[in-house]
Amino acid sequence: MTKALSQMTIHELHELLKKRAVSSREITQAVYQRIDAVEPRVHAYITLTRETALKQAAAADEKTKQGTIQPLTGIPLAIKDLLCTAGIRTTCGSKILEQFIPPYNATVISRLKEQRAVLVGKTNMDEFAMGSSTETSYFGPTANPWDLERVPGGSSGGSAAAVAADECIAALGTDTGGSIRQPAACCGIVGMKPTYGRVSRFGLIAFASSLDQIGPMTKDVTDTALLMNYISGHDPRDSTAVNREVPDYTRALIPDAKGLRLGVPREYFGASGIDPEVEKAVWEALRILERQGATLTEITLPHTEYAVAAYYLIAPAEASSNLARYDGVKYGYRHPKETDLRDMYEITRAEGFGAEVKRRIMLGTYALSAGYYDAYYRKASQVRTLIRQDFEEAFKACDLIVTPTAPTPPFRQGEKLNNPLQMYLSDIFTIPANLAGLPGISIPCGLSSRGLPIGLQIIGNLFEEEKIIHGAYCLEQNSDWHLTKPSLA
Amino acid sequence: MRYETIIGLEVHAQLLTDSKIFCGCSTRFGEGPNSNTCPVCLGMPGVLPVLNRKVVELTIKAALAANCQIVRYSQFSRKNYFYPDLPKGYQISQYELPIARGGYIELEMDHGQSKKKIDLNRIHMEEDAGKLLHELDGVPADHSYVDFNRTGVPLIEIVSEPHINTPEEAGEYLRILRSMLQYLEVCDGNMEQGSFRCDANISLRPKGAPVLGTKVEIKNMNSFRNVMRALEYETGRQSSLLESGEKILQETRLWDVNQGITESMRSKEEAHDYRYFPDPDLVPLVIDDAWIDEIRSTLPELPREKKERFVKEYALPEYDAAILTATRQLADYFEECVRLGPQPKVVSNWIMGDILRHVPDTRDISQFPVTPSHLAEMLLMVDKGTISGKIAKIVFEEMVASGRMPQFIVAEKGLVQVSDEGALEKAIQEVLNANADQVEQYRQGKEKVFGFLVGQVMKATKGKANPQVVNELLKKMLAG
Ligand SMILES: [Zn+2]
Repeated sequence: MTKALSQMTIHELHELLKKRAVSSREITQAVYQRIDAVEPRVHAYITLTRETALKQAAAADEKTKQGTIQPLTGIPLAIKDLLCTAGIRTTCGSKILEQFIPPYNATVISRLKEQRAVLVGKTNMDEFAMGSSTETSYFGPTANPWDLERVPGGSSGGSAAAVAADECIAALGTDTGGSIRQPAACCGIVGMKPTYGRVSRFGLIAFASSLDQIGPMTKDVTDTALLMNYISGHDPRDSTAVNREVPDYTRALIPDAKGLRLGVPREYFGASGIDPEVEKAVWEALRILERQGATLTEITLPHTEYAVAAYYLIAPAEASSNLARYDGVKYGYRHPKETDLRDMYEITRAEGFGAEVKRRIMLGTYALSAGYYDAYYRKASQVRTLIRQDFEEAFKACDLIVTPTAPTPPFRQGEKLNNPLQMYLSDIFTIPANLAGLPGISIPCGLSSRGLPIGLQIIGNLFEEEKIIHGAYCLEQNSDWHLTKPSLA
Repeated sequence: MRYETIIGLEVHAQLLTDSKIFCGCSTRFGEGPNSNTCPVCLGMPGVLPVLNRKVVELTIKAALAANCQIVRYSQFSRKNYFYPDLPKGYQISQYELPIARGGYIELEMDHGQSKKKIDLNRIHMEEDAGKLLHELDGVPADHSYVDFNRTGVPLIEIVSEPHINTPEEAGEYLRILRSMLQYLEVCDGNMEQGSFRCDANISLRPKGAPVLGTKVEIKNMNSFRNVMRALEYETGRQSSLLESGEKILQETRLWDVNQGITESMRSKEEAHDYRYFPDPDLVPLVIDDAWIDEIRSTLPELPREKKERFVKEYALPEYDAAILTATRQLADYFEECVRLGPQPKVVSNWIMGDILRHVPDTRDISQFPVTPSHLAEMLLMVDKGTISGKIAKIVFEEMVASGRMPQFIVAEKGLVQVSDEGALEKAIQEVLNANADQVEQYRQGKEKVFGFLVGQVMKATKGKANPQVVNELLKKMLAG
């Protein structure tokens, strides 16, 4: 059975485009055909940009004809709706930004435009990236293409579902506590959170600035390496984007695992709340890597149990400040009736933000308040340092750390929506990497007995994305989970 | 009971950079509303601040001049509060780790008779907020408008220790601080335009008491005079409260310039909780010795040093030196003129007398039509006797009006001094003939008449006669 164009990867399509066997216009049309067929059930997108996409595709074909094709030229990509796109509304999944059209592009968008990639649309997400299920979106939930009654994970659930359902070729997401990796695991795709500072955050609508990072969400590891090549690098507009050379990540696509020392953290296995099927799938994947030449070492990350608590103080604290600008004064939603200033603020924000966002603003405001700062925010920052040190110590004994991405396969819609603590634990394995600023990937490593995807997480040391790509590619080349597709007709 | 007044001052000085602290927008004053703005200073979603290096340079300059320690690892923090002129809902400032600590400003009270060091607590950098307008084109509006031009303009806050004890000391502290910042070209010191602002903390305690009294913060004082008036008022208010056994409330009070009183703005309970925390969008600021040394090497001579040097090098009275060094521009004007030859004290007299009358703000002296070299030429002409001191005044006014060189004016108007005895004898004889009565009075011993006769001669020669020669000749001729 030959693959439809929309099912293909970036590198497969690039070969065809280069040979002029297919045009970007044809690919883009194929993607929209697929969107027309499945989007009513999946709801991966908030905004589709069909017209401009077809124009971009035509322009890309023109470039290709002139012989200036680049690896992403003409490839239809989906963008999480918190990355600013000039002239295209960027909602952050929130009512408060429902009509917001930025006059500027995020740096990553400018970089994709230089490559002449095609923008399919803006994908759904938890409101302001606060959630693990894409259910808190003001625009309604996204369904998991593997089981429409289940969540696609979150907060980049729209991007993950769009990739899994072939509603785009690849996508960008953002990851603050697992928001790329956990939905990637839920949807059976590859998702990478780069090192903090590897990719410019300019134009990323901030949730928690010290944790947020943009990364690729793709159908295979090769596409992740390709996207990493073009979104990474220094940016004078982001002081936290590190000025460090960007390697060619595709050189790390090595099919064996010789010499890789894999650390298996004791604290991530056998923990309460982890589904045995998940643990089993991860162990099987570890055996595959071992057979390919990797060595396994048990390591310890002793402060892991405090990570979620620290995260839920630091991230809401930053968010409470980052979201203060949505006050109805300058842009975005404002309560329509005339009131005095104080009421305008209060009613605008009460109406503009959803419940989870308000919950986190309150949490964060509290954690920073006079008299509580030391006990909460400062303490959490100290825990963060300990977690970072745990990893520093661990990486003395290993190159990569392998864990499950999420404790369970994707859960049912509504199952955890009213139980925030349960929801927060969905990110128990992904949060530590954000706190430590480390890069991590999730790749498919199996299916549960119900046929739901399971993800494996590989965490690397700072700026060692290449090693992660190496390990992930080896697993991918020696398994076929990435070829397994949801049966969504 | 006798009370001791304890005052601490917080000065906000706007830095003289071309662009804002975290974006490339212009800092120019007085442009159309919201014209100097961009997504960054408007706090739009997803944008990030990038620190302007020049801001750090100017801050270090001020900190070095104020004898502060430069903190090698400092940090920006967010000060969170809601107000429509604050587009992000927080102000980027420095809190736990400011760029400079310690330091002092030395006051000279009683015309230099006594000196006092006022210690500084810290200097930190921050961004300014915007401005709310409650009227449009002079008409009160039912809505408020926001102008974000000032949003993100760089400020430094200079916080003194509570070591100031009188309103006069506060005034002197502000004058010295402002003059220093102007010398450094760090701040233009303009209080009306708000580029130099001051808030005060003031408390009273019984003389000799070990603990501080409850402090009150005073805002809204937009001139040195108002700072002093407000502190004077507040000292009186607090001491009469204490006298009558009442308690001082910890609060913020606003100075009402029209009524000449302070009024409560908010109590301690209503004070904001700013929820400061390190700004994750900005990396910690690391300053190395090389950078500090480089900036130190660019520090100009400061007012105090310059004044002392003027006294020593030019043998000027303290009073003259203080006026001449009040601004760097005036001091430069003086020195450039003196370098060309005239006597320093003569130059000083001309500047303090005639020039300051024409130049209200001496920082603009480079715009003054009489350049230092023109002034020097004119004074040298007086020195050589080419023109008289009296004529010099005429020449000077002509130079002010036309900006021309003194030689041209003197030549064109025939103002060269007449010292030729023959010519003067003739003129004197005519005056003597015409004033026979006065001559007679003089000869009878009424010496006062002599001055009148000199005046008549000067008048007859249109002021061009050399007065010394006239004096001698007149004496001789009257005696003869
Ligand atoms: Zn700006």
